[in-house]
Amino acid sequence: MHGQKQQENAQSRIRVLVAKPGLDGHDRGAKVIARALRDAGFEVVYTGLHQTPEMVVNAAVEEDVHVVGLSILSGAHNALVPEVVAGLKKAGLTDALLVVGGIIPDEDIPFLKQQGVHMVFTPGAGLGEVVDYIKANAPSRS
Amino acid sequence: MSKGKTEGNDMEKIKKAQADWEKKLKASEAKKPPRSVRFTTLSDMEVPLLSTPADLEADGFDYLRDVGFPGEYPYTRGVQSNMYRGKLWTMRQFAGFGSAEDTNKRFKMLLAQGQMGLSTAFDMPTLMGYDADSPKGKGEVGKCGVSVCSIDDMEKLFEGINLGEVTTSMTINGPAIVILAMYLALAEKQGVRPEDVKGTLQNDILKEYIAQKEWVVPVKPAVSFVTDTIEYCSKLYPNWNTVSISGYHIREAGATAVQELAFTLADGLAYVEDCIARGMKVDDFAPRLSFFFDVHNDFFEEIAKFRAARRIWARMMRERYKAEDPRSWMLRTHAQTAGVSLTAQQPYNNIVRVAVQAMAGILGGTNSLHTNSMDETLALPTDESVMIALRTQQIIAEESGVGNVVDPFGGSYFMETLTNRVERDALAYIQKIDDMGGMVAAIEKGFPQSEIANSAYHFQRQLERNEKIMVGVNKYQAKEEKRSLNTLYIDRSVEKSQVEKLAELRRKRNKPAYDQAIRQVREAAENGKNLCGPIVEAVKAYATLQEVCDTLRSVFGEYREAGSF
Repeated sequence: MHGQKQQENAQSRIRVLVAKPGLDGHDRGAKVIARALRDAGFEVVYTGLHQTPEMVVNAAVEEDVHVVGLSILSGAHNALVPEVVAGLKKAGLTDALLVVGGIIPDEDIPFLKQQGVHMVFTPGAGLGEVVDYIKANAPSRS
Repeated sequence: MSKGKTEGNDMEKIKKAQADWEKKLKASEAKKPPRSVRFTTLSDMEVPLLSTPADLEADGFDYLRDVGFPGEYPYTRGVQSNMYRGKLWTMRQFAGFGSAEDTNKRFKMLLAQGQMGLSTAFDMPTLMGYDADSPKGKGEVGKCGVSVCSIDDMEKLFEGINLGEVTTSMTINGPAIVILAMYLALAEKQGVRPEDVKGTLQNDILKEYIAQKEWVVPVKPAVSFVTDTIEYCSKLYPNWNTVSISGYHIREAGATAVQELAFTLADGLAYVEDCIARGMKVDDFAPRLSFFFDVHNDFFEEIAKFRAARRIWARMMRERYKAEDPRSWMLRTHAQTAGVSLTAQQPYNNIVRVAVQAMAGILGGTNSLHTNSMDETLALPTDESVMIALRTQQIIAEESGVGNVVDPFGGSYFMETLTNRVERDALAYIQKIDDMGGMVAAIEKGFPQSEIANSAYHFQRQLERNEKIMVGVNKYQAKEEKRSLNTLYIDRSVEKSQVEKLAELRRKRNKPAYDQAIRQVREAAENGKNLCGPIVEAVKAYATLQEVCDTLRSVFGEYREAGSF
């Protein structure tokens, strides 16, 4: 019990932004992931729908998040992700862990990784998998 | 065989025999326990091992009152008296991607393959009322559907197709009034008589705020746009289905079967009330309201849902709104297999899922059906996978024999009690929404949205614990998954060419005529007049989708959703 408490405290310092860039309204996945991350002890901020890359970057900076998670199911990832990456870089949030989830064809994943995305989760990925990945890879900041 | 009441139908004897049987069952299960402690539907409703006449009796089952005959009130068994013997369900595959020309080709392919009606998918910018050159839609033009920015695009979309000879369904909601105006203006240009313009506009804005999340203005003015189109079409286009009240997106967003049913019907009731409040007579518009439900994996639950839907709607329309025309009582519905049930893993398995779901939709008595393609969880479907999906329906229709019989599950102890239960649970939700002041108020409180999010999360947790199974995802996984499917790829050239076409349209159009038409849209909006006529004139003057929507946004404001989860 005591150990679990400590673990929760440690995790509560990980702040995650769950964002929906573009006009895509499919928010089931984003909301489920946001809840799962919150239940896993992270601090979660959800942007809501229809965000421009600029709005996503602003929210990430404002909340000083460790992790930016983009949920994209509209096929617009190749256009939107590079803009978010460029914005984060420009804003100096260079150590944030950037993950993308959604309908991402396998052949697009190398391009996204080359852009600076650390991990892409596609349909069928488990909640535990996402939680574990973030725990293991979120940057430690004081 | 002797006629009349036989001993085997004596309820007391049945109950006694059942009690004896249950003892034996217990003994046998003590030796060999069931595979699971709970057996539930996909929506997590516990189902009995066996249903008997005693269950029907306990439910107060009344055949004539609750089930009756097909084509007759309360339509539990279907809306036509001979159902698919008279006419098969309409096989209508939803299609739309890239440019209007690309989609036109797919439409012609589907018609040539025996499809009976068209169904149009629009891209995200179009669904939100933005043109292809808006920075908001960067990267999304032509991706999830076809980009339609002006009457020129609409013309290219239906090039070579006589709008008087096909029925067209258009899946658009926030800017539906503008897209409808383009379609009607095109039909007029083709010389089609208004009574021959047939098809369905989705135009169900309430489920957008609940689930699909593509909108233009806040809830109340948006509902009045819907009422405008109902009023306009019931006078001028008598065979056009003005609203397709949709549970599909609600279900796909994570709702249970009961939630899908309840929220959809409550949306329908909200439109009916808005029309009545505007002074329309229920029988003048209700016959043109249609529905659209999901058909998910749980075979019996889905069939029960369709049966309960027809019964609840018929009773609501007759008892609550005093509709007298039987066509106002009938819930006519389209159905689509559940996109959310498809898996990226082992995608060929999706063909089987779709077939099972399609069968449930047909046994549930749907009037029209879209079967999903196996590759839709990876991308928009290819020609080949769309063909398999269409052939799935054709095989069911021509080879399985299910269309020869009306409502074969009618009278089943289990199906009738399940239908009753789905109905009861949905009515309890509808009551709750009524108590909140109706669906508009419930949406503003975030009620259906949070109920759906809860169900979606609950299901995901069940998957994580292997309490629910998705084959290939959390059981029977392939050791090494190779993705061998070819998928459809939409490149950015669609966006570029749409942007160029828009610039040319704006350069070429008659500026004073355009200005005048937009001014009239604004005036109608500011004065609470019906917007359909002025918008038809505006699109004829080559106003673009976004120009009309921006005019509406400037009068009514924009909708913002709180980012809760």
